[in-house]
Amino acid sequence: MYDFDWSSVRPALPFMWDGMKVTLKITVLAMSVGIALGTVIAMVRLSKNRALSAFSASYVNLFRSVPLIMVLLWFSLIVPDVIARLFNLSRMANVQVISAMVAFSLFQAAYYAEIIRAGIQSVKSGQIGAALALGMTFGQAMRLVVLPQAFRNMTPLLLTQTIILFQDTSLVYVMQVRDFFGAANIVGTRDGRQVEMILFAGAVYFVACFVLSKLVKRWQERLRVVAT
Amino acid sequence: MGEMNWRVFFEQAPSGGGATYLDWTLQGLKLTVLLAMASWCIALVWGSVMGVFRTLPNRILYGISTAYVEVFRNVPLLVQLFIWYFVMPELVPAGLGDWFKQIDPFLQQFLAATLCLGFFTGARICEQVRAGIESLAKGQKAAGLALGFTLRQTYDYVLLPMAFRIIIPTLASEMVNLVKNSAVASTIALLELAAMGKQLLDYTARAYESFMAVTLLYIAVNLVVLGFMRFLEGKARVPGFIGGGGR
Repeated sequence: MYDFDWSSVRPALPFMWDGMKVTLKITVLAMSVGIALGTVIAMVRLSKNRALSAFSASYVNLFRSVPLIMVLLWFSLIVPDVIARLFNLSRMANVQVISAMVAFSLFQAAYYAEIIRAGIQSVKSGQIGAALALGMTFGQAMRLVVLPQAFRNMTPLLLTQTIILFQDTSLVYVMQVRDFFGAANIVGTRDGRQVEMILFAGAVYFVACFVLSKLVKRWQERLRVVAT
Repeated sequence: MGEMNWRVFFEQAPSGGGATYLDWTLQGLKLTVLLAMASWCIALVWGSVMGVFRTLPNRILYGISTAYVEVFRNVPLLVQLFIWYFVMPELVPAGLGDWFKQIDPFLQQFLAATLCLGFFTGARICEQVRAGIESLAKGQKAAGLALGFTLRQTYDYVLLPMAFRIIIPTLASEMVNLVKNSAVASTIALLELAAMGKQLLDYTARAYESFMAVTLLYIAVNLVVLGFMRFLEGKARVPGFIGGGGR
């Protein structure tokens, strides 16, 4: 039977907390940028302009058919060089973290856009007609009438997607960025206690995601009651 | 950056035997397809069993399947893979662990990745099977039981044939997810398509060509999967159900 020795966990907590800060930074930034960009993509996709609509459709389809790891490898091994050469910068030390943030933002935007598109389409078309009849411009109708309702309906889905994003940030492992899991793994290999450290990291992810997804579910059920 | 040079794929790779870089790429593709198919088998069988458990009036089976779904959906895929690869061999009975540690490293990686992807995807298929069964009219189950079927027979002949046909579209997107998720195996040094992309880059120093080829191959595989599932969906369409009940 395997002899567990959890003594590595405690002294490593500050180190892992630094990693967790990277995880949270990437998550929060990718969520904010992703939702903002996703909203634009979704609105462009629903617009009457065929070329623009096709463009945003291909953006979404491209990112949704490529593995996240592949996107991260692009942004880790190719994009930083291009940017450095384009702007004549020397490669900064934290370029990988920035690169990871950009990669996650662009990637998540494609997924958020699909949720937001469905949300906008779920608002009855009579609403926008009524807003226009009241003399609002299209922009006002979107901003003041359609989007507030759409976002209310789809908040649970956006949050669920964010929980997935939080889990997926662990893949920055392939970019040599030290996030929470990366930190735990480093401590594990250093102390020869990989079993304990991997299990500890898994437990932390589980508790965080389990609690959050239960909260989202409760919120979703409350929304449903109000809606009917 | 310079010019693109796609001829690089026809140059000899240093692995000997006259293999070109194109052969390497196809080798990676083959492994990705193999990995996805092997884990799909686990995922479909295990996920279906667990999905049925989620709908049964048996508290223990319901509890087991619910716990399974919660655990496998709330731990990141990468962490799960590391658990299968680094942790499990230490925790299973010593005989099994020792056997695992002395088999061919490639087999170790492939086995760990297959089990990981299989049970990860199984948790998602489980929820789809459950949703498929729950989407059927309640009368179907009652009718089956009223006709004298046992609960087992009601599932086999009435509920499951309908439920599976209804969830084909969601299963299709799950298959695409599985192909994409299989890239995680590159983190334990399994030379599937994504890892091969990195190796091509290392050996040829042709970043764009390597990554573009690999990225396009992923897209191609996914298109084939979606095409096949659409064909299957057409074959299995239930008269009277318009969209097949997909999301």
